[in-house]
Amino acid sequence: MSGWLGLFGDPNVRWILFGCMLLGLGSGVVGSFAYLRKQSLMGDALSHAALPGVCIAFMLTGVKSLFVLLAGAAAAGLVATFGIGYITRHSRIKQDAALAIVLTVFFGVGIVLLTQIQHSGSGNQSGLDKFLFGQAASMVGTDVAVLAVISCVLVAACALLFKEFKLISFDPGFARGMGFPVAVLDHLLMLLFVIAVVVGIQAVGVVLMAALLITPAVSARYWTERLGVMVALAGTFGALSGLVGTAISASGNNLPTGPLCVLTATAVFAASVLFAPGRGVLPKALRRFSARRRLARSLAEPAEPALRKEHVQ
Amino acid sequence: MQTSPLVVRGLSVAYQKKPVLQQVSFEAPEGKLIGIVGPNGAGKSTLIKAALGLIPRLSGEVLIYGRPYAEQRKLVGYVPQRESVDWDFPTSALDVVTMGRYGRLGWFRRPGAAEREIALACLAKVGMRELAGRQISQLSGGQQQRVFLARALAQDAKLYFMDEPFVGVDAATEKAIVALLSELKEQGKTVIVVHHDLSTVREYFDWVLLLNERVVDFGPAETTFTADKLQTTYGGRLTMLDRELGSPVIANGR
Repeated sequence: MSGWLGLFGDPNVRWILFGCMLLGLGSGVVGSFAYLRKQSLMGDALSHAALPGVCIAFMLTGVKSLFVLLAGAAAAGLVATFGIGYITRHSRIKQDAALAIVLTVFFGVGIVLLTQIQHSGSGNQSGLDKFLFGQAASMVGTDVAVLAVISCVLVAACALLFKEFKLISFDPGFARGMGFPVAVLDHLLMLLFVIAVVVGIQAVGVVLMAALLITPAVSARYWTERLGVMVALAGTFGALSGLVGTAISASGNNLPTGPLCVLTATAVFAASVLFAPGRGVLPKALRRFSARRRLARSLAEPAEPALRKEHVQ
Repeated sequence: MQTSPLVVRGLSVAYQKKPVLQQVSFEAPEGKLIGIVGPNGAGKSTLIKAALGLIPRLSGEVLIYGRPYAEQRKLVGYVPQRESVDWDFPTSALDVVTMGRYGRLGWFRRPGAAEREIALACLAKVGMRELAGRQISQLSGGQQQRVFLARALAQDAKLYFMDEPFVGVDAATEKAIVALLSELKEQGKTVIVVHHDLSTVREYFDWVLLLNERVVDFGPAETTFTADKLQTTYGGRLTMLDRELGSPVIANGR
């Protein structure tokens, strides 16, 4: 217990805890809309697509500044988004196939470039492979400040445009009919999504980032039938996953932070599937069980109460 | 000067290279219930979507009360096909109806008590007031259709487009929709409905647009909805029953 409390005393760990929590919050909120718009896999495609962006940014500049690398990741993410959109619109290929094509091509190029950089022997190359699985432990104060600002921007954008995002997620045709610029809103939401992915890569890595976007949203969907509540819950679940995952990782057993955050999110998801009232598996089974018993009872004793009454009298 | 609620001139639409609508022109009279009738693939829904600017048109113009649609959006209400959305979306019937007010709210502003009142009144008009708080996936198909109608009512428009509102609904909903249509008509509103059930066209609509890629005919139901013209519209694939009653039924539509 003292070990856990001690974690919060260490300023370094405190930064990382705070950073991962904010990351979870922002990605949970943005991820809710992606999930409802059936773009769950988009996060996966975007984060994988970011890898070549990171590599190219490094090869061009030769510096490993976080800002440059994230700019590369964001650029690659946007190119991937437009690529997927272009393929879907201008060919008979459906979105799932387009996602698969873009994801694998970008990731393949990224791995080739990564290997190339590592063999080039420029003393500065180590650490790029951290983008594969992330390295939350290397976050410092300034990184967390950037994360905090970006998370605030994500949450604020979703709060301000909540009505508009709800409308284009539920019925884009109707939204267009009423004169909302659906294409612009679409791209804005996708941009928020790319931002969330890019800031998350540093902590969780390209391979696992999609989980932090979608898992909290899917878990939240189990608990509520209202979009506002769902988005807030997804943010909370995301923040919780970031916090708990980091705490476990920092408590000294040397396990990687990103994957632990993802595993925590998965644990929340499992609990939601099992216990959520309404949609959860156990409450559903209980309801079915009691309904069956009530039915059996009402079938078994239709005549009896009347009989018993007569006996009493 | 009286301007028509909807004027369509030389409208052509194509998907890929296949033409769906060719040189469609007509002028809808105000305060009428107008049914769009034609075989599958005749471009009925396409006509509505092109008029609303939801899909690009190759040529032609659409005027709503004499001006382009972009300037007249507030005068137009729209009921899309029920299957066009995911009904498992986390939202309630009331919330969906409130969406009809979003166009008037403008950016960033949230719907408040006034919008809620309007939405509840619109739900009451389609007999769904008690189900306002119900999650939309727990509504029957007919009730979902009524939610869409209530949302269009909340738009408080003068011209309504409805895309197959009668498809897959129960008798109660069909009655509710018909009652609503005549109420809209009494208020002097114009309603344009894509319709597929030929046996009810005479009963429900004042005017009929017979459509099969081109306009076959457009006019009052009594003179337009006739066996001859229907045969032309459906390319002679209709077998008429009840010829005397004047209510044709498709026995083998294909």
